[in-house]
Formats: sequence, C-alpha cells, structure tokens
Amino acid sequence: MVAAALVLGSMTGCSSGDPDAQITVLAASSLRAPFAQIAEEFQRDNPGTTVRFNFAGSSDLVAQLQQGAPGDVLATADEPTMAMATAEGLTASPTVFATNTMTIVVPIDNPAGVTGLPDLTDPELNVVVCAEQVPCGAATTRIEAASGLEIQADSEETSVTDVLNKVATGEADAGIVYVSDVATQAGSVTAIDIADDVNSTNEYPITVLAASNDQQAASAFVQTVTGPQGQRILTQAGFGPAPTASSENRS
Amino acid sequence: MTPGPPLPRWVYAPALLGAAFILAPLGAMITRVDWNDFLALITSDSSIAALLLSLRTSTVATILCLLAGIPLALVLSRGRGRAMNLGRSMVLLPLVLPPVVAGIALLYTFGRRGLLGASFEAFGIQIAFSTTAVVLAQTFVAMPFLVISLEGALRTVGTRYENVAATLGAGPTTVLRRVTLPSVAPALASGAVLAFARALGEFGATITFAGSLQGVTRTLPLEIYLQRETDPDAAVALSLLLVVVAVAVIGLARRHPGTL
Repeated sequence: MVAAALVLGSMTGCSSGDPDAQITVLAASSLRAPFAQIAEEFQRDNPGTTVRFNFAGSSDLVAQLQQGAPGDVLATADEPTMAMATAEGLTASPTVFATNTMTIVVPIDNPAGVTGLPDLTDPELNVVVCAEQVPCGAATTRIEAASGLEIQADSEETSVTDVLNKVATGEADAGIVYVSDVATQAGSVTAIDIADDVNSTNEYPITVLAASNDQQAASAFVQTVTGPQGQRILTQAGFGPAPTASSENRS
Repeated sequence: MTPGPPLPRWVYAPALLGAAFILAPLGAMITRVDWNDFLALITSDSSIAALLLSLRTSTVATILCLLAGIPLALVLSRGRGRAMNLGRSMVLLPLVLPPVVAGIALLYTFGRRGLLGASFEAFGIQIAFSTTAVVLAQTFVAMPFLVISLEGALRTVGTRYENVAATLGAGPTTVLRRVTLPSVAPALASGAVLAFARALGEFGATITFAGSLQGVTRTLPLEIYLQRETDPDAAVALSLLLVVVAVAVIGLARRHPGTL
C-alpha cells in the first residue's frame, strides 16, 4: 500500500506548481473551527492551493471514502475509525496530531447546580450523552467504567453536536462533550472538569489518502497541521498535544 | 375514472425512468440485506423496542391529526377571503419545512425554556426527552397531509347535499355527521394513512427536539441512523423492515377503492 501511494505520488507529484491546485480534506466534525483556521493560513502560505472541507462524523467519512468519495486528506476523531480506513487500504500511515478529552457541560446559569460527575447519576436531572456507538459515547462509557458511576442519561445522541445543543438551549441540565466543543458555544455553556484519573483521551490521527491526486499538496497540509502553526491553533481550540511516542508514523 | 383517449407514446419512456428511479434504490438496498442474520437483526431488543415505539407514537399522532385536522380542514374548505388563503398556506408549511427546522421550532415552543414549555414545566409537566415529544414532532409534520387531502375533497364535493339536508331541517352537527363526513370518507382514510406513514418516517424533528433513548424516544428511523454507525447490516435490515411496514400501510389503504 505504501508502494502504491508512492507510485501514485510520483505520477501526480508535479502538480504542486499547478496554480489551481485544490485539495479536499475529510475531517471529523469536532475539527471544524481549528481546521478552517489552519486552512486559511495554509492557503496564505501556499498561494494557488485551495482547501475545501468535508466535515462529518468520523465513521461517516470512512463510509463515504469506501463508496468512492474524492479526498486527499483524512482526519478522524479516534483511532478505531482510522483503523477502518487503513484496513480498507484507503491510506497507509496515519499520524496522531492531537488529543481531546471529555468534559461535563451545563447551561451557562447551571440551573441544576451540577458540580461534578456524581450529580449525573441523579435520575431527576436531564442528562444527555452520546450513544455508545459513536466515538464520544465510547469515551463516556470508558469514563463510567473508570469512575464506577452509572450516568442516568435521558437521551443518547448520535452526535456530540446534538448533546451540546441540548445543553446550550437548556433542554438538558448537563451533558458530556469534548473539551474542544466548549469553545464553540462559549456564550451558552459552562464546562465542569472531569478528573484526569477517570477521564478518557481520544487520539486524532491524520493521513494523506492513497487515492489523492495531489500527494504533495496533501502532505504539505498534513505537515501544517502537525507543525507548530497547526499545533498552536489546535491548542487554542482546546485540543491537547499528540503524545510524543505516538506522533511518529505508523504503518 | 374512465380510460380516456390514449396518451402520447413518448410519455412512457420518462414515466418508466421515473418509476425506475424510485424502485432501483429500494432494490439495491434489498441486495445488501444479510438474510442469514436478518431475523436476529430485526428481533434484537433494541429493534423491537424501536418498532413498537414507532407504531405506538405514529398511531397516537394520527389520532391527534384527525382530532385537530378534520375541524381545521372543514373551516379552511368553507373559508373565503385573503386571511383564509393565508391560513391555508401557513397550515401547509410543515410540508415544505426541512424537518430539522420543525425540530428547532418545536424546541423553542415546547422545550423547557420554550414559549409554552416553561408554563408546562411550572405545572411539573416535562415534555423534553419524553415520548410525548416524539408524538408532538410527528403530529406537527403529519397533520398537513391529512388537512390537504381532506380539504381538497371537501371543495370537490361541494355543499349541495349539505344545503339540501339543512333545508330538510337537519342541524349543523347532524349535517356534518350524516352528510359531510361520509361524502369525504375515502379522502379522510387516505389522509389518515398518509399522516400515519409520514409520522412513521419522521426523523429530523424527532432527533432535534425529542432526543434518542431506547424505548422512550428512539423510534425506528433513529435506531437505523444509530445502527449505521457500527452495524451497517442491522441498519439495512431495519430499513427493509420499515419499507415492509410502509408497504403494508399503503396496501391496507389501497384495499378500499377510492382511497389514495
């Protein structure tokens, strides 16, 4: 697969001088804000190259690629979904570029007076989490296991955006979302930390896709994300740095 | 309907294309069904809970549509003037609104901090994350189907027989019960079937407004959407189940001539 990617790359690598180069980046929904900003700086530094995005849930993105959706770069919200892409031969060597932990969010005025995880076991409260089938729900389940608490959820949403919106509109008294989500609704929600020893960390991998028509521009974008520029923007958005041991290429 | 003069021949080619366009995706889905595990997939706890919840909520939603939709159609069919025309257009809005917009609108009406929801909350009635929220979402999107179908029929039938009945001394309620409603019974039935089918398929407003919890708010379409994340085979099996239920509902209505 690496060889195939290299061959493809050498066939099309000359296009970096193309004044109208365009790359398509498929990225997890949680990356929307920082990636838009990274793309802006990337386009400024690489005149003539435009970046367009396809933001969706990670497993949706992999499913789209399997069905032949065009793409040059893939960034997912956890490693199991990226593993699906590698298993399908869509890519060879993902790199972890960021981490994300979970946090409790409550409406800005915290009507139920939530102070920490144990409050979420109160059946009287409206608590909303992600369903176990999606990455944010899997992380919530790991937190329950680590803390020994059983969260009494009133709704198990399919996306973290739905959890955040239900808290932001005051429908729910509390929810569990990614730390990086808080900034997107800063005016309407407050975060309440989950202790490090029970919290769950997702590692975000990124990779150039084997089917990319412009491997060079695609690698340049990946380098911007993993480089100091991208890392600064990701940190501002609430993401953690990639663990040093796993930030090397994996095949 | 009489057979009428023959259609121009060229009509048949695009007609065939249109039919194929509707049927091909359903056929393609059937080819992806994992028949070995089909029964196991559609009889899992979560699937059964979703199916029963869907049937229950859609039935209640259809009853609510009938209770409010029949009077609404009656008033609209008799109404004259610009205000009534405007009202007629407004009632049909949920037909053209994206369901997610319907969900947001319902949230700001019946949600805890919504226009009416806040008062309900004061009385200890909570709609958020309850089965009631699912029924409200379904009723909202399904009612126009009943109203449009019934109102059209009422206008076509006209008021001749009703006038005769009134002249013979029948009171307004008797006229409505003995003359008006029987004359539009087929349209009433087909409108109810359409409303039920629309309620059964409701997804966007439910996921935006009601939430998703097994046995409480996770209807069959929401279960399909969730299963798709990890178990595409289960999603396909459940999709087929929903198609079968929809075909059964339409078939039931078709058995009575004149409906649909």
